[in-house]
Amino acid sequence: MHPALSVIAFTTASGAGYGLLAFLGLLAPMGWLPGSTGFALLATGLALAAIAGGLLSSTLHLGHPERAWRALSQWRSSWLSREGLAAVLTFVPAGLFAAAWVFGGVASALLGLLAAVGAVATVYCTAMIYASLKPVQRWHNGWVAPNYLAMAAMTGALWLHLLCRLFAFPAPAVALLAVVATACALALKLGYWRFIDTTAAASTPESATGLGRIGKVRLLEAPHTSENYLLEEMGFRIARKHAARLRVIALVAGFAVPLLLALLALLSDGLAGALAAVLAAPIATAGVLVERWLFFAEARHTVMLYYGAAAA
Amino acid sequence: MPIQDMFRTVKEEIDLSPTVSDEVKFTTCYMCACRCGIKVHLKDGTVRYIEGNKNHPVNRGVLCAKGSAGIMTQYAPARLTQPMLRVGERGRGEFKAISWDEAMAIAEGWLGNIRRTDPRKLAFFTGRDQSQALTGWWASQFGTPNYAAHGGFCSVNMAAAGLYTIGGSFWEFGEPDWHHTRYFLMFGVAEDHDSNPIKIGLGHIKGRGAKFVSVNPVRTGYSAIADEWVGIRPGTDGLFVLALIHELLRADKVDLEYLARYTNAHWLVIQAPGTAGDGLFARDSEGRPLCWDRNREGPGDAMAADASPAMVGNYKLADGRDAVPAFQLLAQRYLDDAYAPDAVAERTGVPADTIRRIAAELAHAAFAEEVVIEQPWTDWAGRRHERMVGRPVAMLAMRGISAHSNGFHTCRAIHLLQMLLGSIDTPGGFRYKPPFPRPCPPPIKPAGKPGTIEPGKPMAGPPLGFVTGPEDLLVEADGTPGRIDKAYSWEAPVAAHGMMHMVITNAWKGDPYPIDTLFMFMANMSWNSAMNVPGTIAMLTDKDEATGEYKIPHIIYSDAFASEMVAYADLILPDTTYLERHDCISLLDRPICDADGAADAIRQPIVEPDRDVRPFQDVLIELGARLGLPGLVHPDGRPRYPGLYRDYIANHERAPGIGMLAGWRGENGETEGRGAPNPKQVEAYIANECFWRHKFEPEERYYKHANKAYLEKAARFGFIGAAQPIILQLYSEVLQRFRLAAEGHGTVQPPERHRERVRKHFDPLPIWYAPFEHAAVDPAEFPLHAVTQRPAAMYHSWGSMNAWLRQIHGRNRLHMNRVTAEGLGIADDDWVTVTSHHGQITVQAKLMEGVEPGTVWTWNAIGKRSGTWNLAEDAGESRKGFLLNHVISELLPPEGDGLRYANADPVTGQAAWYDLRVRVEKAAVPLAATEPAFAPIPDPPGMTAPPAISRFGELFRRRRAGR
Amino acid sequence: MTSLPQPAMGKKLGLVIDLDICVGCHACAVNCKEWNTGGHAAPLTDRDPYGSDPAGVWFNRIHSFEAGDGAAGRTVHFPKSCLHCEQPACVEVCPTGASYKRSEDGIVLVNEDLCIGCKLCSWACPYGAREYDWDQGVMKKCTLCIDRIYNERLEVEERVPACVSTCPASARHFGDLGDPDSKVSAIVRERGGYDLLPELGYKPVNKYLPPRSPRTAVGSTGAAASLAPVVKAEPGGFLHWIDRILSR
Repeated sequence: MHPALSVIAFTTASGAGYGLLAFLGLLAPMGWLPGSTGFALLATGLALAAIAGGLLSSTLHLGHPERAWRALSQWRSSWLSREGLAAVLTFVPAGLFAAAWVFGGVASALLGLLAAVGAVATVYCTAMIYASLKPVQRWHNGWVAPNYLAMAAMTGALWLHLLCRLFAFPAPAVALLAVVATACALALKLGYWRFIDTTAAASTPESATGLGRIGKVRLLEAPHTSENYLLEEMGFRIARKHAARLRVIALVAGFAVPLLLALLALLSDGLAGALAAVLAAPIATAGVLVERWLFFAEARHTVMLYYGAAAA
Repeated sequence: MPIQDMFRTVKEEIDLSPTVSDEVKFTTCYMCACRCGIKVHLKDGTVRYIEGNKNHPVNRGVLCAKGSAGIMTQYAPARLTQPMLRVGERGRGEFKAISWDEAMAIAEGWLGNIRRTDPRKLAFFTGRDQSQALTGWWASQFGTPNYAAHGGFCSVNMAAAGLYTIGGSFWEFGEPDWHHTRYFLMFGVAEDHDSNPIKIGLGHIKGRGAKFVSVNPVRTGYSAIADEWVGIRPGTDGLFVLALIHELLRADKVDLEYLARYTNAHWLVIQAPGTAGDGLFARDSEGRPLCWDRNREGPGDAMAADASPAMVGNYKLADGRDAVPAFQLLAQRYLDDAYAPDAVAERTGVPADTIRRIAAELAHAAFAEEVVIEQPWTDWAGRRHERMVGRPVAMLAMRGISAHSNGFHTCRAIHLLQMLLGSIDTPGGFRYKPPFPRPCPPPIKPAGKPGTIEPGKPMAGPPLGFVTGPEDLLVEADGTPGRIDKAYSWEAPVAAHGMMHMVITNAWKGDPYPIDTLFMFMANMSWNSAMNVPGTIAMLTDKDEATGEYKIPHIIYSDAFASEMVAYADLILPDTTYLERHDCISLLDRPICDADGAADAIRQPIVEPDRDVRPFQDVLIELGARLGLPGLVHPDGRPRYPGLYRDYIANHERAPGIGMLAGWRGENGETEGRGAPNPKQVEAYIANECFWRHKFEPEERYYKHANKAYLEKAARFGFIGAAQPIILQLYSEVLQRFRLAAEGHGTVQPPERHRERVRKHFDPLPIWYAPFEHAAVDPAEFPLHAVTQRPAAMYHSWGSMNAWLRQIHGRNRLHMNRVTAEGLGIADDDWVTVTSHHGQITVQAKLMEGVEPGTVWTWNAIGKRSGTWNLAEDAGESRKGFLLNHVISELLPPEGDGLRYANADPVTGQAAWYDLRVRVEKAAVPLAATEPAFAPIPDPPGMTAPPAISRFGELFRRRRAGR
Repeated sequence: MTSLPQPAMGKKLGLVIDLDICVGCHACAVNCKEWNTGGHAAPLTDRDPYGSDPAGVWFNRIHSFEAGDGAAGRTVHFPKSCLHCEQPACVEVCPTGASYKRSEDGIVLVNEDLCIGCKLCSWACPYGAREYDWDQGVMKKCTLCIDRIYNERLEVEERVPACVSTCPASARHFGDLGDPDSKVSAIVRERGGYDLLPELGYKPVNKYLPPRSPRTAVGSTGAAASLAPVVKAEPGGFLHWIDRILSR
């Protein structure tokens, strides 16, 4: 699948934003976070900005962004519609929670909980947009939603930890959260990769054409010698070697380094710990961008079976 | 953002019965040579939709990809827009726009001068011309023998072999009996002729469960749906067919009754080696051929209805000479083990068991599955037959046979096979389409013998015809060719379609003489219609060092599009598209009949040209009148056809009562076939959806060569001179006459250097010999055959300016057998060099399963020269497309005395495109574009820049919606 | 409602494509383009039509496959357009309701006025039936010629999709696959018509008729493996016919 930058940026940013929002909504009412107005402003601002920026970015790939409002109507069947609806609905408790906390100095447990539930629901909807697509076996599986949720939690926790450290607020719980979330995300990502590497393709040129009854099926000629939309959108292919290298980069930047940094931060209250926490979040985010790019690049769509692909 | 709409599902309102168009007109398609009837829908004067005309005899409502893309040809940015005169050097594409008055005056000046001095100095050649009834006649009126259309590099092997053998031919001039055949054997058929009828027919026979066998080195297109694909080696079909004949003869599975009734199998052939009569038919004092009549146990009239002819045996003639029936010679030859399946299997690549099985299947279908139609009919001798009995084996062959230097004999071999099975024009067999069958060959001789050409005078007859012996050749007393293309010379005696592929080479050399003007119409002779493209370009631009003049001093060219040839012409006469003109699909040219009816058709202008262009036929008629050609002016010099081509179509008479169109003749349109000109004839055609069809009565539909009712009708319609039976020429006496001349008999004999070649190839019975290039080059050095195929969705070069078709075929690759390619270390999309004895190209490879292992192939005419056809200079057609033409030489390697024959069939002069042998190697480094690359040619003046995006059709929708 | 409708009376209009007869001529694809570029979904935009990388919107594309190795295999031309599935995920994923399945006849359409151009439907279609129009910013697709098949301005026999009307080999059939007594249902039964990618569960309405088996085996036409020779293999063998009495 073609890795569209707008969608990659959207899912990464909104994932981090919703992760952060969820933790703010849950932890702030419990008093586990810095109480200053500055922190409240910065943290909720960052979360909402990442979410809004991500959503805005996602409209960039629309043919008619001015009609985006129509996308709420089909929530009964469409995960994309549900995602839109969840995003819009989440803004209500999230906005109220932020306003009350920043302007009233009260972190409402109810609003926080609602915002957190909304955040989780929205990320889940996002994941399900992909996970519901049967033609893409590498998306249509049980690993995708946990991965999305875990990576949102990981980036959200790392950013929250960074903010805490910026405000010189010792938050071992947050540090622990970051470590746990990162470890979970790492495990889930490895599980996902193992799954896609070891699962036999669900569909083949033989099943796509029904000609397997004759023998091995090979493409003789594509319909056109020139490009088309399907090839541009679904025909993206990444070389195995290139993918392996990117996986290493994603693994190191997205998970291993952040995990080590988070551990360091957990163990060190000092400058080293602070520095580690400050570095962990942006590095992880960059790693997740690479991971998300790979999530698209390594996905194979059945339509390519009609264009010479050996499996999908 | 209407809040109330936010969660509502809006239901679409659909207009289920929108208006399609505001006007519908009928005409004839010209997106390929098939000539289907089309129904053109117009909306606000723009072509909205083109569909097949369901009433039309050719396509019965269907339409192919090309025809369906007509809109994009009509509105292609590649259309020429105005007459032009060259201002820069040839090939640079530098022109100035001129008016039609200037253009006509220039052409008149050049041609008038030629006609006053030596009319032969005009070489007038037309390409995919569908108005040869006009253009050939025009050349004759002008007085030049140097005329032909493109048949010489296309189909003449099939036309000549057919017309000299069965009085009809393959290609689109006959058809399998789709409704009754049990076994259909197809040889080398591509998609550009009769394509819709063939597709309709294949659908029928597959549905009926008849067996369809395709003999073709490549398994694409029609071959893909064959019940059996015989992946034969190119150029060996003749051997395969003769092995089938061997098997049938050995098993006595031949229809001797059919042979005795309808062929010359029983005619006695004189056996007197070394004498002038050897191999000719024994004849009585009145010239009637003789047979050995069992009823009288003596020689008798072979044509007599009551004879009981012997098919074998040695007989003494009254003059004491020996004679044997032709069938005996045939049987003697093909019973020989040289033609046994085991002997030909390796050479043809077809396993001996397969050959034996197919022979058995042919015999089974022919003799065990006889088709009987309960329809009485009367034969030529007046005998009534209660039913029509047929041998349901049908065959069809096209370019895969014709484009070899052994194609004439191979085609004759296929006709021989059909005759032996008794299937020609019987139910289930191969059927003639009128005006065929005609006498073998048709009684028209080529005009233009040296010494008969006079300045200012028309020729005595047409430039193209059918020779029946050496005395009909157009040669000087010393054997020097009389025509610029050397057709009807000893180098190509039966060149019934001329040899357009040799014109530029010969004219450049001045061999046999220099010409002044080369006048061409829709022939891309500097590109995909030329063998040896780089050499051709060099010849077109070469100058005489002494005078500084071009070796070919003037080139006039008419085309509708900015093709590669435009830059190499001096004067451009821009033509219209097919939707902007009158045309005439005449029975005098290449008809559109079907086996059950005679038909012809017209084109009518559907839209007005939006450019300063004129139909070529109008231009030709006006030019002829300006030149004072006798048929085009009244005695007082006034133009005879002031209404130009439309006027000519209706009012010109070729012979009394015979004109361009056969329908609605007579002053009031009351007759058909023959009748006085009808001034309202074109209107009558338009009223009948632009075609005429006369349906044959059931009793006329089979055995046309011997069917009294049919023959009488054919004579009445002018298809044949008299209602005489047409005798199929299993043994060709015409060929033997040429052979005798080569053996030193007669007054017209070949020059010494041509004798052996003529003797060898003018065998009265079909022979097989290795195609010339196969024999001439080292098989170890050039181990592979290379051929082209025509894609179904692209007609020659005419599709690349079409925005839709070029998406389907916008580049081409060299297809190779997977196992062969892997052996050479070649994978998909690898760059490979393709080297012939003549040249080299570098292209990309594509591996496949369904190709004979020793053959490589590519789609024809996809490659384009950069800058032409108003495509971007970096268009895929020029960067990733290529022509095999670059590695095909128009000449064979030199003989001992330095003479280089044309790369052509020695009988007909048919260009031997498919004789090519190559070596394929993986290129040292991958390239960015195919090689050779030619310098881009700039657009001619007056062309509009092509749009970056095409939204064709948007307006129709907006208007429908009232926006 | 992007939730799927229950088709009225089970009507399922669709195509049956005969792979045994299709010669891959692209007639259906081009005629479809021609009809539809001025029809319901007009225009079928072409990007860079005369340039180095032309790419257009087409509702029907003809693939060519080879099945099986070497000479024993078969070349199969394979037209592909929207299959008007019974379980069209392209409809279910659409967030706006632009993509819908008609309850009247099961035809899957796009309401271009609602389409936001998110392209998700094209991802959800395993067959590649969706065509995005970059210029118009909306998704387009085969309409089964909705503007022909009910069009009262056309003659009755013309009320079939353009691809069916133009197919020279009669390799395409149009009809109601929901009606077991229809001609198309009968052909599918007789010829073993099948679904593409059945494992995905989309239940395509369009069916493909498989290529018939090659007939290269001895006896496939009733003939023997070879003909029994009766003429002697010797120089005078032709005298076999010396006593034949023939008439003209």
